[in-house]
Amino acid sequence: MITVELVKLCRRPRTWVSLFLLCALPATIAIFLAVTKVGPAPGEEPAFLAAVLANGSLFPAAALAIVLPIFLPVAVAVIAGDSVAGEASSGMLRYLLIRPVGRTRLLVAKLIAIVAFVLLAVVTVAVTSYVIGISLFEAQPGATVTTVSGVSLTPTEVLVRTAGALVYVAISMLGVAAIALFLSTMTDSSLGAALGALAALVTSTALVTLDAAAAVRPYLPTRYWLAWIDFFRDPILWRDIERGVALQAVYVVVLLAAAWANFSTKDVTS
Amino acid sequence: MITTRILTKRYGPILAVDSVDLSVRSGDRYGLLGPNGSGKTTLLRLILGLVYATSGEIEVMGASVPRRVRDVLPSVGALVEGPAAYGHLSGRANLMLFDRAGPARGGGGRRARRGRVLEALERVGLAGVDNRPVKAYSLGMRQRLGLAAALLNAPRLLVLDEPTNGLDPQGIREIRNLLSELNAAGTTLFLSSHLLAEVEHLCTRVGVIDRGRLVLEESVETLRAPTGRAVVRTPDIDRAAALLDGRIEARSGDRLVVRHSDPAELNGLLVKAGLRVAEIGAERRSLEDVVLQVTSAGSDRVDEWSRHDDSRPSQAS
Repeated sequence: MITVELVKLCRRPRTWVSLFLLCALPATIAIFLAVTKVGPAPGEEPAFLAAVLANGSLFPAAALAIVLPIFLPVAVAVIAGDSVAGEASSGMLRYLLIRPVGRTRLLVAKLIAIVAFVLLAVVTVAVTSYVIGISLFEAQPGATVTTVSGVSLTPTEVLVRTAGALVYVAISMLGVAAIALFLSTMTDSSLGAALGALAALVTSTALVTLDAAAAVRPYLPTRYWLAWIDFFRDPILWRDIERGVALQAVYVVVLLAAAWANFSTKDVTS
Repeated sequence: MITTRILTKRYGPILAVDSVDLSVRSGDRYGLLGPNGSGKTTLLRLILGLVYATSGEIEVMGASVPRRVRDVLPSVGALVEGPAAYGHLSGRANLMLFDRAGPARGGGGRRARRGRVLEALERVGLAGVDNRPVKAYSLGMRQRLGLAAALLNAPRLLVLDEPTNGLDPQGIREIRNLLSELNAAGTTLFLSSHLLAEVEHLCTRVGVIDRGRLVLEESVETLRAPTGRAVVRTPDIDRAAALLDGRIEARSGDRLVVRHSDPAELNGLLVKAGLRVAEIGAERRSLEDVVLQVTSAGSDRVDEWSRHDDSRPSQAS
């Protein structure tokens, strides 16, 4: 069933369209930057964009900062929201269940396909933006890069830290994926599930910046999303990264358990 | 093959299936009849473990459903409420994926799978299908594809909801022949339909469901047994009526309904009296008569009385 889900993911045009769009946004920004040479002031959002003008090999980090707040979560929510609800609305859910595919197994296969998509998306964005970065900007493959903390990094260190940041961003997306997957087992409408997950994220983002909501802040799914930047400090600031991973793990475990409990006892009437 | 005991399914306030005791025997061609919304599809979903019963028991091939449904489903093929497929893939790709999703019968290798898929496509008359995506298929082609998916398992039990939906008359006959062949080879057929003629042609046993209750379960032969009356058509209607005086139940045009259990003997009687007989035969009830007698209007018809009064107007038969 896992193979089937991965094949389905690869053969669905939607997967490739969303990947293309994810790569197109950083590319557009890179072209504007390269043509005008007008960068944002250092320290301004999105992170790293100011540094890119000096060194193109930092562009993957800048690209992550560009897609992380909206594009990436939207793509993940759409794919995850569609996972069970899409099967239900196409009528395939009943046929898969009487094939038979166990309900738990179906859910696990869906989750693995979503994780595969997240990894694929993050890696694709990083690779394309690296290529764009070194071809549009001053490429200094051998030169050192200055971290957020002001210390210089060798190219190998940049590579390792970028990889760490990529993994962290992928993990950050798992919370969204789990919310969307859970909602996807509740409804037969993929759109409803995706929008529900996005609504949860927007709420979370709004509350993170609200001082009055400080009491719940540490538990919000988007609270530690920006901690991937800490990979580019020297030394790496592990505190928020660890908390972020733990928080996502809690979201994934709780929501998956809820999704499983709901789906395995549900009447499939679609 | 399938046994249910006081099976009940409630969706909120709606009683979809109400204390059904159904029995499908091995080798049967069982037709489940009933008006729209009478609970046919819900009953099928219960039997396949898609929805869970409120109370009662289900047993399929000796295994209790839904607890052990996964043990029996590999030898069940089903079509529930219309075929489904991934629209952007071809029919063949759909079947390949569908085959791979479940437990492999007769080898999980790519070659074995290809063979199985081709065999299923051949059986339903789609062997020459090209690589068009399913969304470009006609209704009839989708129906055939759905049947092919049901046949992938080489099932011992076929559960089919409206199997000939969307097919043209040739297609209907083709599928009927296919189902007869499969049944002759040992597959038990359990199909639901509201097409009485289809069931009359294909099935040996029928169950009639009305408002969630199984109101009749009988062999087609018994249902269609002679009524003890004979129907005669004769140009000499007046003389025939005089001859059979006292035994005439109805008369219209050149047609007489006579209380007589042996049409051959009746024919001899008429001919001996010098009457010309155009047509003679034992009267049989049609399945339509039987079903209309025991069921009410479908749930898609909403009359005023149905909101106030639960008693239903008797149907002419």
